[in-house]
Order: sequence, then C-alpha cells, then structure tokens
Amino acid sequence: MSKIYYVSLPIKDTRKFHVGDTIFLSGRVFTARDKAHRKLLNLKELPFNAKGMALFHCGPLMKKNKNGWKVVSAGPTTSSRMEPFEAELIKKLGLRVIIGKGGMGEKTRNTLREHGCLYLAYPGGAGALAADRVTKVDAVYWLEELGIPEAVWVFTVKDFGPLVVAMDSHGETLYQ
Amino acid sequence: MRKQAVVDGLLELIRRAEIFLPQDVVEALEEAASREEGVAKTQLETILENIKVARETSRPICQDTGVQTFFVEAGVDFPYLLEVREWLNDAVKQATNKIPIRPNSVDPISGENLGFNIPVINWELTKGDNLLVTVLPKGAGSENMSTLKMLQPNDGLEGVKKAVVETIIRAGGNPCPPTIIGVGIGGTADLAMYLGKKALLRRVGSRHPDSKISSIERELITTINESGIGPMGLGGRTTVLDVHIEFAPRHPASLPVGIVIQCWAHRRATMRIYPDLRWEFL
Repeated sequence: MSKIYYVSLPIKDTRKFHVGDTIFLSGRVFTARDKAHRKLLNLKELPFNAKGMALFHCGPLMKKNKNGWKVVSAGPTTSSRMEPFEAELIKKLGLRVIIGKGGMGEKTRNTLREHGCLYLAYPGGAGALAADRVTKVDAVYWLEELGIPEAVWVFTVKDFGPLVVAMDSHGETLYQ
Repeated sequence: MRKQAVVDGLLELIRRAEIFLPQDVVEALEEAASREEGVAKTQLETILENIKVARETSRPICQDTGVQTFFVEAGVDFPYLLEVREWLNDAVKQATNKIPIRPNSVDPISGENLGFNIPVINWELTKGDNLLVTVLPKGAGSENMSTLKMLQPNDGLEGVKKAVVETIIRAGGNPCPPTIIGVGIGGTADLAMYLGKKALLRRVGSRHPDSKISSIERELITTINESGIGPMGLGGRTTVLDVHIEFAPRHPASLPVGIVIQCWAHRRATMRIYPDLRWEFL
C-alpha cells in the first residue's frame, strides 16, 4: 500500500520507504549535474557540509536581483547522465537521498541498497512549481567556473514534492 | 530603432513559447491524466499544475529552456531577408536576461558556458513578401534520446516501425514522457532528422493527410503506449501523446529513419512579420 509522507532532512530510517510511496521533503538540498559530480569526486575536502542534505540532479534557471539570487524554475535534469559517478559519490558523501528524473542504472541501484539511500523522482519539466518550494538560496559554488546550470547550488526547500520513491533501499525500482 | 521593434517582437515570441504551452498539448495532457491512475496520474496532475503556475506567474515552464530552434518560412520578396539572422541572434541573446532563459550555449571544445544563448535556424524559401517564424525551444533531455537509424531497404516498413518503438522503449523515462515523436522516413541522413524535427510542428492530435502514413502513426501510438513506460517512466498507459511522420524519397540503397523525441513540455509559438515590419502572433 503506497503511503504519503511529509519528511524533514536528514532522514535516518530510509528503509521504511518503499517504491510507490510519495514524499514531500523539507530541509537542505544541493544541486549537482555531471560536471559537478566529477568536481565533487576529485576534491579532498568540500567547501560545504553535505551531511544530511539531499542531492538534487538539477541545473536551475536563476535570476540575480539586488537581494541576491532567486530561483525562477528548477525541475530535475536527466539522472542517467550521472550514472558513471553516482555510486562513488553516494559512498564518499554518505548520501541518503537523491532527487532526479528518469531513473538510474544497476550500479546505483545496488549502491542504494547497500548504503540505505533513496532515489526520488520529481516530475521532469515541472520547474516553476519546484521553484516555488525553494524557500532560500543558501549558497552557490563554482559559479564562475561551471556557469549557472552546472554550478552547485544549495537550497532550503519546504514540502518539496510530490517525490515518488522510484528506487528504494531494498533494491526495488519502478523503472522497467 | 526599427530593428529593435522587430527584435522585441521576437523576444515576445520566445517568451510566449517558454511560458504558455499550446492548447493542443495541454488538452492532450489533460486527457492523459483522466485515463491514468496512481503514480502516473500524480505525475500528470503535477505537470498540469506546473503549466498553470508558469502561466499565472509568467515564468518558464521548465528550467531547461532548451535550444532556441527556429523554423523560418521566408518569403523571397521580404525586404530584410539578409537581416533576419541577426534579428534572431539578438533576440535570443537578449532573451537570456530579459525573460530570463537559462544560458544554454556551451563551447563544444572547451566546455565553457558562453553565458548566453545562440539559436539554431532552419530556413525554407517561399513565395510572397512576409516571414513566418516558429520557435521550438528544444530541451536536452528529449533531444539526447533522439536518434538516426540507417536501415537496410530490405528491413522495410516493419523495420521502420521496429526502430521507432525500440528507440522509445530504450529512452524509458529519460526524455520526460509522455513525449511527442517526430519521425522522418527516407531522404538522406540529415534530411531524415530534419523531417523528424519539422514533424513536431504539427498540432498534437492531427493526422497526416496521406492515409497510408496516418495509419502508421496510429499503429505506432498504440504499440508504444502498450509498452507501459508511462509518464516519467514510472509506469502507466501514456508514453506518447502523439507520433507525427513526414517522408521523402530515398536512395535505392538506403532507408534513413530520423526519430526525434520531444518532451511533454512541447513549447512552440509562431509569428508573422510583414514587409513594413508589423508583426502578429498566430
């Protein structure tokens, strides 16, 4: 029986969730696409503490005004691009929650199971709606070097969802 | 002065495309939502809610504002033909900050983001003195799943259908289904891809006037939707909203099939520009 949860990060008991469940998530997330994944894996020390944060596969559309950066549209990007890096990043950062779209491969699926991590799917393209659940832009890293879409953005989100548990920490997946 | 007025019109064209989804696409999504249940229904309802929020708050529907892809039907007697490319380049560059759209142009050699956007422009010459400009912002999630198949003529029509169905199944949830598929059959490698992309300009729900082609379109829609991939690849009855086919004569020895995938956020807008540079949206 699928359930609906309102959850705050960090999530400790990820194994209580199963594919088909819906989650509305609150807390801090950081964005990373393929370029940022490579960067994060190559660094000895990160400029921010990713512990307890969710990883969000996203290249947001941002606008800068006099009060700083504002999110205009921020849905997920295609997760399969991050497949070559993800297992290693889950282990390195101790990730428990990944948000993306389209699903990931076998290697990530196994790592999710081994490390009690969840892959949550947000409807691709629903970027305006997603942006409205971002309550704060906390920080941005490597903006100059990587550009707006590829930079690592840290957001605080409130009731971010609906996120479908698409790959759970029991090895189950909704993708065929 | 006069130039900026046209560029402003083109800016408005891009803005409309990015913010308002065409009614035929919205209706197809609503119909899909009504026949789905569970997770598939939630996906489509969230998508529809997002379309509404984008419209009400004048913001791009999706953060991937795509590659600004233009189709220009240029009347040969239009007096400013040689300036059109510059207008389009300027409009797209200005759109980056003014709408805003995401800076999506990257140097393919260095990997550096240029910080603005550069359009892709397709030209066709027509009779007359006005300009018909359609913009189709094309996101990468779906474009990355598009493919060219150089089949053997011996593979025949069955081979063509198989290539389309297999491509969509292999793409799974990556291109943001329910998608719209453009298929170019015949021609050369480049022409097949161009026809596939151009086929996306047809209204969702419209059938090809040639009954041989329209029956293949119907068959492909049914077969692909039976795959169960569903909205966002999470399972369901709706994997494609439509399949549009265009064709051209081929070489006896080749059978190119261009398969172009477009996400549910099938953004497009068209305007006509007159010789005195007045313009109107269609």
